[in-house]
Amino acid sequence: MSRRLVLRLGELVAVLLLVSFGVFMMVSLMPGDPAVAVLGEGHTAEEYAAKRTELGLDGNVFARYVEWLGNALTGDLGRSLVPPENDVVGRVLAALPVSVELATMGLLMALLLAIPLAMWSASHEGGLVDRAIGASMFAILSVPSFLGGLLLIAIFANGLGWFPRAQWVRFGDSPLDNLYHAFLPALTIALMELALFTRVLRNDLLVTLHEDYILAARAKGMPPLRILLRDALRPSSFSLVTLLGISLGRLIGSTVIVEYLFALPGMGSLVIKSANQGDFPMVQGAVLLIAAIYVVINAGIDLSYGYLDPRTRRAHA
Amino acid sequence: MLMPRKNPVGSKLSAPRLGGVGAGLVVAGIVLLVVGWSAPLLLFLKAVVFLVGVIVLAQGLSRVVWAARGTRPDILLWLCCGWLVLLTVVALLAPLLPLGEHVDVVKALDAPIYQTPELLSEYPLGTNNYGLDMLARSIYGARTSLVIALSAVAVGTVVGGSIGVVAGFLRSGVDSVIGILTNALLAVPPLVLLIALATVLEPKLRNVALALALLTIPSMIRLARANTIAFAQREFVLAARAMGATRLRIMVRELVPNVVLPIFSMMVVMISVLIVAEASLSFLGFGVQAPEPTWGNMIAEAEGGTMEEYPHIVLVPGVFLFLTVFSFNLLGEKAQKRWDPRSAKL
Repeated sequence: MSRRLVLRLGELVAVLLLVSFGVFMMVSLMPGDPAVAVLGEGHTAEEYAAKRTELGLDGNVFARYVEWLGNALTGDLGRSLVPPENDVVGRVLAALPVSVELATMGLLMALLLAIPLAMWSASHEGGLVDRAIGASMFAILSVPSFLGGLLLIAIFANGLGWFPRAQWVRFGDSPLDNLYHAFLPALTIALMELALFTRVLRNDLLVTLHEDYILAARAKGMPPLRILLRDALRPSSFSLVTLLGISLGRLIGSTVIVEYLFALPGMGSLVIKSANQGDFPMVQGAVLLIAAIYVVINAGIDLSYGYLDPRTRRAHA
Repeated sequence: MLMPRKNPVGSKLSAPRLGGVGAGLVVAGIVLLVVGWSAPLLLFLKAVVFLVGVIVLAQGLSRVVWAARGTRPDILLWLCCGWLVLLTVVALLAPLLPLGEHVDVVKALDAPIYQTPELLSEYPLGTNNYGLDMLARSIYGARTSLVIALSAVAVGTVVGGSIGVVAGFLRSGVDSVIGILTNALLAVPPLVLLIALATVLEPKLRNVALALALLTIPSMIRLARANTIAFAQREFVLAARAMGATRLRIMVRELVPNVVLPIFSMMVVMISVLIVAEASLSFLGFGVQAPEPTWGNMIAEAEGGTMEEYPHIVLVPGVFLFLTVFSFNLLGEKAQKRWDPRSAKL
């Protein structure tokens, strides 16, 4: 077990190094001279040279990369190119809580809705409700989150006026107001996950419900709801846990879209705005942080299988 | 999935009764479609009636064929195939079709702006804020979407698939290195990677397609590798090796033909993923730039209050996008169930 842990950690570090190198090299994909892109046309050659040095674009690639990485590890990702030329780390850390809250809320909403839906579906296999749930979940899967978000805004924010749009209240200022403002964006994020979770959990539940011990419980006269909750749900939830890890990337993607749609001050809006302005230090910093979070969480989920399901301990080694 | 082949109630009916019920449902479906399209109701209500009409019509058609042929057809699958074929043909022939103006604002100067859809008029799906024809724009948007998604999937599959087969066959050091590279590519969430690339690349069709191909590569590597490992332990590979086949020959002649089918079903699923990714990117303003139409940037036109006044600006490209993604999803799921049962689960 400990050998596996060490190997996994080594791989984690290797992946993070590769990602950071990719993020660092991103700038070299830029057509033309970054210094010209930052300063604009019509400056002297000396000014461009000075800007290049300031941006850290001179000298050996690897030496610069090591320096950049060293700075990044000590919490310095440089400064934004766009006035007021803020500290990248400060901006990113200010934006992060909004995105984390939206993603968590979306995930929780999806789980809260998916579990009862899947249980209802699985216990009424082949019935009208099961088929209707299956069909609508499949349809939801085909609605891109920007389209779903636009429709939700049109119906609930602008049409019915139940929810606000383009406002954000910080959790510290007023927790209830914060949840109210986050509801519609989180619902947009939840829809896609809901569809996936329901489908996966329903299929796993169906398999479990055909096991002998469920038949035994039923024969003993246990109430159906108790069988579903106590006996069937836990052994059916492994694929769901796997899916949580896979979902994370898509979850971050839909958070980006939703923040843009609802004009919320999170990482997504920050990345989109910086990308539009060609502010690559900001984009680099944000992408690096997102990738680091993503990799670490996925490694955590990977390792957690061993604890959730003893059978996988040997299979993976 | 919408229509399971076993229907405990329906199967008790005799063929003529079934056909009768089916014909009745077909008529009811058509009536609902007409009502849904033309009745002076709220748009939301119209959409609901229209949708119910489509479902009733599909159920009716399915029963008519069931009665006539004895087996129940998967109408939904056929509808999806039909839509994709229609879309592809129309997109291919777009320059030859008698469509309205799709990109040149000057030519649309005398056209009415924000014309609402009127099926039999000069502008069947309405016009946008410049008076450009929405039908023509949607069809040219389909061209862009399909060209980008298909070429990206093709490039990604060839590159990713061959790397995956090599990694799965050689194992050991090569495999570990490729594994770490794959994980590094997967470490950046797709949309974030696309936006990051958009920061430094010009928003041209070729660049968007290449960026999307980069997204396809890691999952293709994983799938090809897993399947190669499974097949490499089978007897026919051992036999080929015993007969003195070279490693290259084993990979190309023995392994690749077996790995192709699961890869193919993954390709279909990937196409729908990439169409969504391309649309999201254009919606955010990083894809192919307006006025060149894509479904994503057409939907983006509706931001800032336009959507409430002129819902068709969102709904027309939205429906095109939804139907296409839905069709590819359905086809992909059927293909995976048939050729790649392991990944069909997730």
